Amino acid sequence: MTSTLERSLPKPTFTDAEAGAKEFPDSNARTFNYYTPQKRKPSHYEDVTVEVQPDPRHYLSQGWLYGFSDGRGGYPLEWTALKAWGSDRPVPVRGPGSGGKGYDWPALGWHEFRDPNEEWELSLYRYNSNVVRQLTQNVEAARQSKAFEQWNRNWINFVERHVGAWMHVDHGLGLYVFANANRRAPTNMHNNAISVNSMHRIRSAQDLALYNLTLSEEIADFDGSAHLATWSDDPAWQGVRRTAEALTAIDDWCEAIFATNVIFEPLIGELFRSHLIQQAAPGNGDFVTPTVVGAEEYDFAERDLRYTKAMFELLTADREFADHNKSILQSWLADWVPRCLLAARTFQPLWSQPDAKPPRFEDGLDRAKTRFSRIVSDLGLTITAEELNK
Amino acid sequence: MSRQSMAKAHQKIQELSWEPMYHQPVSQYGTDYTFQKAKKKDPLKQVLRSYFPMQEEKDHRVYGASDGAIRGNMFRQVQERWLEWQKLFLSIIPLPEISAARAMPLLFRNVPNPELHNGQAIQMIDEVRHSTIQQNLKRLYMQNYIDPAGFNSSLRDFQNDYCGTIGRQFAEGFITGDAITAASIYLTIVAETAFTNTLFVAMPAEAAANGDYLLPTVFHSVQSDESRHISNGYATLLMALSDENNHQLLERDLRYAWWNNHRVVDAAIGTFIEYGTKDRRKDRESYAEMWRRWIYDDYYRSYLVPLEKYGLVIPHDLIEEAWNQIWNKGYVHEVAQFFATGWLANYWRIDPMTDKDFEWFEYKYPGWYDRYGKWWENYNRLSVANGHNPIVFEDVDYQYPHRCWTCMVPCLVREDMVMDEVDGQVRTYCHEACRWTDKVAFRPTYQGRETPNMGQLIGSREWETLYHGWNWADVVSDMGFVRDDGNTLVAQPHLNLDPKKMWTLDHLRRCPPLASPNVLLNEMTPEERTAFHSNYVRGGPAGRYAPAEV
Ligand SMILES: [Fe+2]
Ligand SMILES: [Fe+2]
Repeated sequence: MTSTLERSLPKPTFTDAEAGAKEFPDSNARTFNYYTPQKRKPSHYEDVTVEVQPDPRHYLSQGWLYGFSDGRGGYPLEWTALKAWGSDRPVPVRGPGSGGKGYDWPALGWHEFRDPNEEWELSLYRYNSNVVRQLTQNVEAARQSKAFEQWNRNWINFVERHVGAWMHVDHGLGLYVFANANRRAPTNMHNNAISVNSMHRIRSAQDLALYNLTLSEEIADFDGSAHLATWSDDPAWQGVRRTAEALTAIDDWCEAIFATNVIFEPLIGELFRSHLIQQAAPGNGDFVTPTVVGAEEYDFAERDLRYTKAMFELLTADREFADHNKSILQSWLADWVPRCLLAARTFQPLWSQPDAKPPRFEDGLDRAKTRFSRIVSDLGLTITAEELNK
Repeated sequence: MSRQSMAKAHQKIQELSWEPMYHQPVSQYGTDYTFQKAKKKDPLKQVLRSYFPMQEEKDHRVYGASDGAIRGNMFRQVQERWLEWQKLFLSIIPLPEISAARAMPLLFRNVPNPELHNGQAIQMIDEVRHSTIQQNLKRLYMQNYIDPAGFNSSLRDFQNDYCGTIGRQFAEGFITGDAITAASIYLTIVAETAFTNTLFVAMPAEAAANGDYLLPTVFHSVQSDESRHISNGYATLLMALSDENNHQLLERDLRYAWWNNHRVVDAAIGTFIEYGTKDRRKDRESYAEMWRRWIYDDYYRSYLVPLEKYGLVIPHDLIEEAWNQIWNKGYVHEVAQFFATGWLANYWRIDPMTDKDFEWFEYKYPGWYDRYGKWWENYNRLSVANGHNPIVFEDVDYQYPHRCWTCMVPCLVREDMVMDEVDGQVRTYCHEACRWTDKVAFRPTYQGRETPNMGQLIGSREWETLYHGWNWADVVSDMGFVRDDGNTLVAQPHLNLDPKKMWTLDHLRRCPPLASPNVLLNEMTPEERTAFHSNYVRGGPAGRYAPAEV
């Protein structure tokens, strides 16, 4: 005898619970109404980002619930010396019968920041997947066409040491400047943009490491570990290393982002990538390294610098604290520009190492300085020729 | 990438970490734990070259399913009873996700093994993913589900509402206080390892049974990242265990984190699964059955107990007590009843229970009807405005509860309520374990040991205090839970969308003012308070007043 057990399944039912099935109060209210979009219509990016991280100054009526040992909770505004309008207003005090309402949204100028790259889940995975796919293909095509066989000994040394050592800059800044800063800004718009920046740097570090691995497999006497010694012992690298480490030691999150993306990257990162590697490689028969390094250059120039500028422009044009912010940013320039220029100069010996020389170091540095000056003036800040040529 | 080249690639990226020679990275978060530096393996073994395309592929599936759901008119068959509770759940959950991202740097300086930091950074970006993918799901519900109210005001609602505040612990607990207590024990060892299964696996199954297959698509995709995070946590836990000095703190933190997660997550998810469903097949698992399987067996027996041999002191008593609460003391039923009692303070609609529901509850939880049946019949009777007030003001033998100062869920299992004077204020707690958390655990010393990095419980933890003496119409307006006609409430104690059947501010205006139990308690004389307490603990179940003393 056989018996069939009836499978137990939930039964679908027709509920007609779709939009438009009935008219009633709110039946057509189909946009998020707790924030004001930057443009006329809310963007998809804004909808998934704005107000996820709360602020007791407008909503959050019961306040932060868990604090550090000093009693401060959430995202203290004092974690940076910069201020956005509204920062000096006190947090509304709630107590018996106070009600819960705070200031109107947004209680602070910080909430006006929007990442011009509109980074969220969908965009960040799409972008980075495209980069890694493209890089993998480039390197693979080069491998198949035996492109590395054209490299001369000096260039092999150069790539294994100097291109290799840059991975450590990326990795260190990705983790200890950017990932670290994602805990510290007062809005979700800031912290998400910063965490995406972090992933760009960590990805670039890995791109270089894996490229280095391929080269050690493809080129007979390519020393895949030479980058380690270069990073720790080569005197030409110690200025860069010292500066990168100093960036990870900054407490103020705005200063950390500013010093890294506004000063260090244009004066050292772009100097190294655009004015050394990209220029020297073709002359030495290398058409692959520029594509690897170029991906990172694109990350910075087209995306990371873009959000950074939007973030600081808002602060230098703040309706309440523009002057306050500018004077602090000027002091950060005064502090970090000399350090970065010193590090750039320590880097100079690299320019004479390849057989086919890149354009002169001084020319590269001049171009880096010119671009840097423009970034600075776009932000409403000033840097004098004298400061740049000390 | 082939497996072999993956392994080589992973090996290669180990070369990336380095020790500083000139400047130490900034140290911003303290801990009372100590860690020995030791060479460690990155437990995540994730290379971004394969990670990004893998996540992108997962996204394709999720967004493909979303398009399909809309084209296939999924919303013609979703149960409103279910989707209404998603107004609460999806208002809460993006914050815990993003807080988990923010928590990762708390570990950098405190766990001095750079090999682990790579995994923590990947977890960070995973969590950004979870937060925005969930916001996106909510947006899709708002655009396509019949009643967008409560979705459209989601994050303001969540931040102003007492239920949102309860849920917020599951986020703020990750990012403040002692760095290891927060980002390791509370977040990864307890919240992720124990409770994400009920959140992201049990709940989606229930969603599907209610005609919603988008929630499962999104949440299974989220859950597929979770095992990596659990490995992160495990690696840190083993390192903490290797130093004897940490054992006392681990014991403290496991007790606090376990109990708080139980109080918060079981309250919310238990209610969604038991009271938010229309699926009353007798063979579908109840929340208690799922809990027994996912949490008791898989987490407690298979994950925690084996750690005992490394010196971990496991809170066996609190694990048994959590089960006791769920199985014998009706914790989930008490919470659901309270949510329904206070429907007017919220931003979603709560469907009355029917005979079919009663039958299922009685089958799964024998004795349920005797305890809760009458009250739900009253809820049903009072659901459409008809000259009476909302149920909380009507005579249905329900004593409005005091709130637990620690977990902020009310003291619903009346017999367990504990009262104490802490920091100059008389406070009520839902259970001794919550009193201990406030008075003993979250303090700068613990069992005679200095714990200067331990966090604090802060904030206006009793919601009712804020509105003490207010008219209810003003309370709801102040929170912003009003629809676009300026009068109809977002919340309703039924699912009827006929505007004539819906409750409005006018109905609330004639109700008695809101009174804060805690403010009143602190106004009492010590004798009155003692009498109040001994009466309160004789009350219940189902919120019943204590029987008159003979
Ligand atoms: Fe997550
Ligand atoms: Fe509690």
